[in-house]
Amino acid sequence: MSIANKKITAFLGLQSLVLCTLIVLAFIFMVLFDIFYKGIGVLSWDFIFNIPRKGMTEGGIYPALAGTVMVTIITAVFSIPVGVAAAVYLNEYAKENMLTKILRASIRNLAGVPSIIYGLFGVALFVEALHLGSSVVSSGLTLGLMTLPYIITSTEEALRSVPHSHREGALALGATKWEAIKTIVLPSAIPGITTGSILGLSRAAGETAPILFTGVTFYLRFPPDTLNSEFMALPYHLYILATQHHAIEQVRPLAYGTALVLLLLIIILNIIAFIIRKKYTKELVK
Amino acid sequence: MENKIEIKDLKLSFGDKQILKGIDMNIPKNSVVALIGPSGCGKSTLLRAINRMHDLNPDAKITGDILLDGENIMASNQDVTAIRRKIGMVFQRPNPFPKSIFNNIAYGLKINGLDKKTDVKFSVQEALSDCYLWDELKDSLNRSALELSGGQQQRLCIARAIAISPDVILMDEPCSALDPISTAKIEELIMRLKKDYTIVIVTHNMQQAIRTADYTGFMYLGELIEFGETNQIFENPQQELTQRYVEGNFG
Repeated sequence: MSIANKKITAFLGLQSLVLCTLIVLAFIFMVLFDIFYKGIGVLSWDFIFNIPRKGMTEGGIYPALAGTVMVTIITAVFSIPVGVAAAVYLNEYAKENMLTKILRASIRNLAGVPSIIYGLFGVALFVEALHLGSSVVSSGLTLGLMTLPYIITSTEEALRSVPHSHREGALALGATKWEAIKTIVLPSAIPGITTGSILGLSRAAGETAPILFTGVTFYLRFPPDTLNSEFMALPYHLYILATQHHAIEQVRPLAYGTALVLLLLIIILNIIAFIIRKKYTKELVK
Repeated sequence: MENKIEIKDLKLSFGDKQILKGIDMNIPKNSVVALIGPSGCGKSTLLRAINRMHDLNPDAKITGDILLDGENIMASNQDVTAIRRKIGMVFQRPNPFPKSIFNNIAYGLKINGLDKKTDVKFSVQEALSDCYLWDELKDSLNRSALELSGGQQQRLCIARAIAISPDVILMDEPCSALDPISTAKIEELIMRLKKDYTIVIVTHNMQQAIRTADYTGFMYLGELIEFGETNQIFENPQQELTQRYVEGNFG
């Protein structure tokens, strides 16, 4: 190939990469713009902190917002400690043999299980077998199960990136294995753990299928007051407004407003992750 | 001369591969002992056996005894963390923790519960001074240890090891990743530390062994071929293998 041809190939190669990136960005911006443009009109403190009224044609989304926040907190409280602990066991303690390989592959595959399957499993386990009923705690635990594979996988990844020499350094000073993990390995892994956890939680906060049979409800005038209450949630509320309402055209702005609030909630979650990551990376490197 | 460490018929294998084939060696108190030999001869493996770092590797099988002040540290009833607290280690590549300079030194004190008995600030200052780091770093104790140069990091790792006052310091090619000036500083430090500690150093650099060590052991294919005073090993080796190695005519 002549030098001129090589240059043309390189140029075309680079340009096609740029083009693909632009196509992706274009779609993301179209979706974001559409939701912001159509949703911003109804966004107000009243919309956020008021209950839906007149058959959901007026008023706000407070019970749905509070429900989503609450169910996401339950998800986090359940899945982060359990997931991180499982990852620590798998990466630091479990022997590398066939069993752990199968276990790890299974966990990765769980991340690909359709969310409706988690929903059905949640009904069988939490609602029925454990008698937790159709409630915010059943939904939170179901979402937690769905989030676990993300947290375990990303935590393992983060633990693996901590240099072996740091562990040895701690052990050589007389630390037990657990002390080395607690004081050296885990702090170094926090940025990675945070990223994985927030990605998992963001997905959970926007899910409908797992909560559909386990606790979410069509309409409430108040946020869940106990762990055993049913609750409203933003994604389900959005689904109702967009497809199940008797006056879909009339409530369309409210649907966009709901979508916007859900989106903002997830952006806030990601900002929190960013801050935690920044803080710990700074502590570690600086 | 009183022996700090006595190694008796130490054999070690990883899986089917035998790395150490029965090592007998006495390490006198307050001396510097260098282990030399070609790559793969087992000198680092021997070093890591002394503070039981092989415990981490399920494939490692060890037999034989290592006595520290007459007490067998290979015995199953020995608490391995207590042994490592007495036998510190400095690694081939500097491995400061991703923490501040101060916390790197204080770490060992905290983990061993010594922070309640001693003045941590004073201990940190003392350890840094002993490693010629205090004047350089006294105004930046809160900076990350990762910002230091390689030579400073390695001296910090030595300071971290001596902060908990061990009896023995094991050094696994501590200068192999450092430039000549940093190497000279570490060697100077080793010479000074032997007043208070017993030091075992693995090195590929024969000049380093001559400069720093009182005794030298030459290892080859998992065996200790010859052990004696450094002068004797380098000037009047008794074994042909040793002679060929120290003269650089190997292979």
